[in-house]
Amino acid sequence: MDAKMVFLILTFSISVLGMLAFVVALIQKQVLVPASAAKSIFGPNELGHSEPDSKGRMGDQWRALDQSAKVPILFFIVSSTLWLVLGSIFGLFASLKLHTPEFLGTQALLTFGKVRTLHLNIITYGWLSPAALGVAMWLVPRLTKVPLQNVRTLFSAGIIWNIGVVLGCIGILLGVTDGLEWLEFWWPIDILLAVAGAMVAIPLFKTVYLSKEKHLYVTMWYTICALIWFPVLFVIANTHFLHSGVQQAIANWWFAHNVLGLWVTPLGLGIIYYLLPKIIGHPIASYQLSLFGFWGLALFYSQVGMHHLLGGPIPTWLGNLSVVMSAGMAIPVITVAINHHVSTYKHFHVLKDSVVLRFIVFGAMSYTISSLQGSLHSLRTFNYITHFTHWTVSHAHLGLYGFTTMVLFGGIYFALPRLVGRNFKSPQLLNLHFWVASLGIIIYAVSLGIGGWLQGEELRNIHGSFEQSMKLTVPYLVIRSIGGTLMLLSHLLMLYNVISILRSEKGEVVK
Amino acid sequence: MNKAYIFVFGGISTITLSIFLFVLAPRIQVAVIDKEAVSAQTPYTENELRGRQSYIENGCVYCHSQQVRDPVAGADQHFGWGRPSLPSDYIYDKPHLLGTMRTGPDLSNIGSRQPSRDWHHLHLYDPRSLVEWSIMPGFPFMYDVVVSVESPKEGAIRIPGKTDHWIIPKEEAEDLVSYMMSLKRDREPMKASEVAQ
Ligand code: HEC
Ligand code: HEM
Repeated sequence: MDAKMVFLILTFSISVLGMLAFVVALIQKQVLVPASAAKSIFGPNELGHSEPDSKGRMGDQWRALDQSAKVPILFFIVSSTLWLVLGSIFGLFASLKLHTPEFLGTQALLTFGKVRTLHLNIITYGWLSPAALGVAMWLVPRLTKVPLQNVRTLFSAGIIWNIGVVLGCIGILLGVTDGLEWLEFWWPIDILLAVAGAMVAIPLFKTVYLSKEKHLYVTMWYTICALIWFPVLFVIANTHFLHSGVQQAIANWWFAHNVLGLWVTPLGLGIIYYLLPKIIGHPIASYQLSLFGFWGLALFYSQVGMHHLLGGPIPTWLGNLSVVMSAGMAIPVITVAINHHVSTYKHFHVLKDSVVLRFIVFGAMSYTISSLQGSLHSLRTFNYITHFTHWTVSHAHLGLYGFTTMVLFGGIYFALPRLVGRNFKSPQLLNLHFWVASLGIIIYAVSLGIGGWLQGEELRNIHGSFEQSMKLTVPYLVIRSIGGTLMLLSHLLMLYNVISILRSEKGEVVK
Repeated sequence: MNKAYIFVFGGISTITLSIFLFVLAPRIQVAVIDKEAVSAQTPYTENELRGRQSYIENGCVYCHSQQVRDPVAGADQHFGWGRPSLPSDYIYDKPHLLGTMRTGPDLSNIGSRQPSRDWHHLHLYDPRSLVEWSIMPGFPFMYDVVVSVESPKEGAIRIPGKTDHWIIPKEEAEDLVSYMMSLKRDREPMKASEVAQ
């Protein structure tokens, strides 16, 4: 029997055994969680009181846990903020070049193809991943009631990860890449990222092992699984000798969608699941529902990738499978939506006081919208219009910016004061950041959504022409640049906010 | 015991199932398809491969797809982009360059559609000199420009609208255009049994 068959049988049996074990666990009631576990995130006297953005007396009981891994968490947050600014500068360059090709001239190093690739990779591996890890790992001690273990390992992981991103970007500039979208970093450099990702898992699992909580809170489910999924995905997708031709395209988009669905999304959702109830001071609407949401995501999201290749030269069954799974995503999305939005709706007034909550709620709403949008445009009728167009780019930003990035902004603004033991000097700048960023992403997503849709209609029009499909997008591309400029401005504000809270004033008591 | 193991096992089994469906099964199926149909493609030459590399480095794939859809899905064939793509069209492609954006036209059969090397060179040098509405970036760094009344060198191309400006393609440009010329995915693939006859 050849190696392929052995692999085939092996993976099939592991997954079937896993499913069986899961069913058995279900029957034995191992899986269901008591609703009381939803209250475990509140300390004494916290339940029923909304938590202000600023660090107050209320938060003091958490101080030892919050600051148990101060240095590495700060490193993750600050480095990712710098990447965010750099990445959005490249994004804006790419955007301007799309409607004004002569912008910045025609140097080899700043051609659209390089600028766009730098944007995507810096944003994904420089900003989203480390920022999400920083906030998610900061929450781990709060959720296990144990100080974070192996703090040094976490710090080294952060450093190795960042070295990887720097080298990867240099590679892109010099043309040393793997040539696959989302996997451009040259494979030897990917080893650094894979190792760093696995190193982050060590403190996580060690802390979970020592956990004093009887039941793990939802956030932990998402964080644990994300840290299992990412290294597996990343290593398999980057083992290039396994892949070629059409099959490589399939593996490529399998990875590209999973890096969103099984990495960035679970980390982001976990953060919402913690901060939303915490700030409004009431547990999540239905704790059992969150269980469905979680397992639905694990099962469905891992199989949606082929909607990126519908109509292309891939086996039909594979496309159909992804269409079904993409539609199925509506189930976990709606359950998560009920949980988030019902909780918000009941305590809407807290939004008036908490900027952090505004970020989180904006993120939760974008998650619902962009996910339902995703289920819809995976259906063939819709996909035939939106495929190959700027609609996809609009959708990507609604998901990764409107949802993940906004949630991370909120998470960072919540964590920083509690991490450094000091409050923001000018909280109104946080509010300004929120409004500028929101306006920016709304302009971005709406304009490109409309432009992309019209472009797609034209690409289907047998009496039309390619020329028409391109020309009509230009005004929308211009509006996108306006939205993008606002987003970049808001990131500069954020950089200022982060730097200002880190610089302690003379005479101020640092606790 | 905090039941973390349920999530660890559950997470591992869902990802394994997904690997099975999306990495291993297609690998086997596509290999079978490739065996049955002899590709209409020929292996890339060394020049073409170097051109392919500069196609990757300059990010052409972020604007150009190389996959033609079925007529139900789009007007691809009306735009002259050729027949729907087949897995066997890509057996020499590594890394694959299928692409998922059509900011520019599909290039599956650009070698048949636009057979003039000079056109490609002028277009790469400055797309807007040929296609005034284009938003494609120019790649003038792949060319030397010479001012001369006579042709300065074999292979030099006069810039349209100017009497004395010529571009001389550097090796990178020649390779890239050779790669463009090699893209002819409009021929029908043959069954292995037909080839044998
Ligand atoms: C910003 C997006 C963009 C990038 C990057 C880009 N192109 Fe284009 N390309 C276009 C657009 C738009 C057109 C259609 C207008 C035109 O012909 O210039 C086009 C047209 C073409 C055509 C002519 C197709 C036809 O049917 O007439 C070729 C060939 C081509 N591009 C090759 C390339 C190569 C090679 C690269 C990389 C070195 C590249 N393009 C990079 C946008 C792009
Ligand atoms: C943190 C914030 C951001 C995230 C997470 C993000 C994410 C992404 C992603 C995932 C893509 C790939 C889309 C696809 O191919 O489908 C992309 C492309 C792009 N982004 Fe961003 N982005 C961010 C900020 C910005 C900003 C501020 C701008 C400025 C205008 C911008 C402009 C672009 C452009 C022009 C592209 C290329 C689209 C194309 O190839 O047609 N992005 N971004």
